[in-house]
Amino acid sequence: MAILEIRGVGKRFGGLQALRDVNLSVEEGHVHAIIGPNGAGKSTLLNCLVGKLVPDEGTVVFDGRSLLGRKPWEINQMGISRVFQTPEIYSELTVLENVMIACLARRDGVFRLEAWKTLAEEDDIRGKAMQVLADLKMEDKADAHSAALSRGDKRRLELAMCLSQEPRLLLLDEPTAGMARADTNRTIELLKEIQERLGITMVIIEHDMHVVFSLAERITVMAQGTVLVEDVPERIRGNPKVQEAYLGGHG
Amino acid sequence: MFKGLDRNDIRLMLVVALVTLAAPLILNPFPADSAWAQFNAGYPDLMQRFVIYGIFAIGFNILFGLTGYLSFGHAAFLGVGSYAAVWMFKLLSMNVVPAVLAAMAIAGLFSLAIGWISLRRTGIYFSILTLAFAQMSYNLAYSVLTPITNGETGLQISINDPRVLDRAFGTAASDSVPYPDFFGLQMNDTASFEFFGRVFQFSVGYYFAAMLFLAAFYLALRLFRSPFGLMLRGVKTNQSRLEYTGINPRPYTLAAFVISGVYAGLAGGLLAAMDPLAGAERMQWTASGEVVLMTILGGVGTLLGPVLGAGFIKYFENILSKINDQILHQWFAFLPDGMEDFMVTLVSPFVGKGWHLTLGVLFMLVVIFLPGGLVEGFQRIGRLLARLVGRGRKPVSDDDKGGA
Ligand SMILES: Nc1ncnc2c1ncn2[C@@H]1O[C@H](COP(=O)(O)OP(=O)(O)O)[C@@H](O)[C@H]1O
Ligand SMILES: [Mg+2]
Repeated sequence: MAILEIRGVGKRFGGLQALRDVNLSVEEGHVHAIIGPNGAGKSTLLNCLVGKLVPDEGTVVFDGRSLLGRKPWEINQMGISRVFQTPEIYSELTVLENVMIACLARRDGVFRLEAWKTLAEEDDIRGKAMQVLADLKMEDKADAHSAALSRGDKRRLELAMCLSQEPRLLLLDEPTAGMARADTNRTIELLKEIQERLGITMVIIEHDMHVVFSLAERITVMAQGTVLVEDVPERIRGNPKVQEAYLGGHG
Repeated sequence: MFKGLDRNDIRLMLVVALVTLAAPLILNPFPADSAWAQFNAGYPDLMQRFVIYGIFAIGFNILFGLTGYLSFGHAAFLGVGSYAAVWMFKLLSMNVVPAVLAAMAIAGLFSLAIGWISLRRTGIYFSILTLAFAQMSYNLAYSVLTPITNGETGLQISINDPRVLDRAFGTAASDSVPYPDFFGLQMNDTASFEFFGRVFQFSVGYYFAAMLFLAAFYLALRLFRSPFGLMLRGVKTNQSRLEYTGINPRPYTLAAFVISGVYAGLAGGLLAAMDPLAGAERMQWTASGEVVLMTILGGVGTLLGPVLGAGFIKYFENILSKINDQILHQWFAFLPDGMEDFMVTLVSPFVGKGWHLTLGVLFMLVVIFLPGGLVEGFQRIGRLLARLVGRGRKPVSDDDKGGA
């Protein structure tokens, strides 16, 4: 059964048609990759899912409920977490505090006034945050200032924040961009392991074909705001349309 | 009582409590008959202002220091608190308890309304909205609202006020204008005790305000370390990440705004309890600016900073604004006549009514050389001392780690 159904979505920015009649459905428990040259509209599509943008036309349905017109926090509380293309973290806070915010949001919902009990008394939250950091081999950096992290570590931190929320759908916008090969491989292993252990549905935008083919069960190829093809990895590899789109745009 | 706080926090709280309670001793280092006595700060009127403006600044810092929302209108809540308190004195009782409670409640409601509207915008637009609301309140207090505020004269108590509770219990004074009290203990009462061969004054009003100051400080300490405080710091550093993490920032910022408004109301109520008079000048934009200065001067986002900033400004206001040309002439009397006149001319713009000029210069120096405020200054001195004393010891100055 499809957990995410995108039907006929279009989005204009002034004279630019960034998305045109995009259809996409993601099966529960699958890893679904979106590939395509820069400017194809991939990030814009994710923005339409998380409440950052409202599509001009079309529908977006998650788990039987429309996402259109909902606030970002409502969508997150429905079970959708996102890793952004440029890491979005709380750079003035420590690594542990970053993850604790995510854990608290998951437990307490959109608002809770808890000003008396201190964080030191929140053993469950602290334990859970440490657990996720340990899963990502970051527990030794728990007390580090997150602004001081390397680019790769910032991405992993954002991933930790999203994973700690136990989302039903995880959206990843180029999670390995700017990472060294070794880091990329580690991230792939990690995502695979998480997927096997928790069965989280993932939508991953990625340029690195190695990552895409080793993770995805289905691949959607986008170019110039539209979906070119959607298929299983084996058949995408040899598809002439895909080759053409990549030769035409992607550097 | 200290559950969930670490050793540094407990130590900080205990030191603050000790200093506050022993202030009449500590702040009077110079014997009354010495030439230095004018630099003492340990008399009731000034100490009351230390703790009351300390409360104001602590509350302001909960909003500005944690969320980054810079309000330029917080004096409005202080003023509203004062009016509410004086009205309680007039209508109900000279007991300070209903007055202080009403000041907090009314300021809370008022800040809820202003915060509700102002927090629709961020950054400079938020600041301007709060400034506009505060100036509106100030102008209303002088115009349409004169039946409530008594306009330029200010709201005062008189012998003929109803004071229904006092009259019902038969405690109403009938021959003179009464003074605020705490179940019979008058705020302007002082007890004198002798220590080390010198006489020190212990004022009821100071200790009443000081107890509330300690409660306010402790509450802020817990709030800083709480999940709520963490969310507020999240708002400051990346509000949009917070939204995509399932948090609606608005109720958090509004709650912080109202809490800081209640702190301001408490401070305003206490000002009225120490001197039962309320005037609109308390709401003027200069008063709002002053709490911003206190917070930045002391150290934004730190627990101790706003308190230090408030104490610093109120102390120098008190010392410098009292100095006039006559005193300056005394100071420089040892110089030849021409030099004396020259020095007096040079210094006089910075003292008396011109003390704001000194404040401005100090503020600039702090912002440029000590962006972390006085707290950072003390930390640097602490580290320097620790290095001088010896390597084996840890720095002594991390009591008040910024924001954390
Ligand atoms: N907020 C925006 N305003 C105007 N144009 C935008 C905006 N976001 C994206 N675009 C444009 O839409 C197109 C698709 O962008 P994007 O979705 O980021 O591509 P991709 O993620 O596939 O590289 C690009 O031409 C980009 O410049
Ligand atoms: Mg993109």
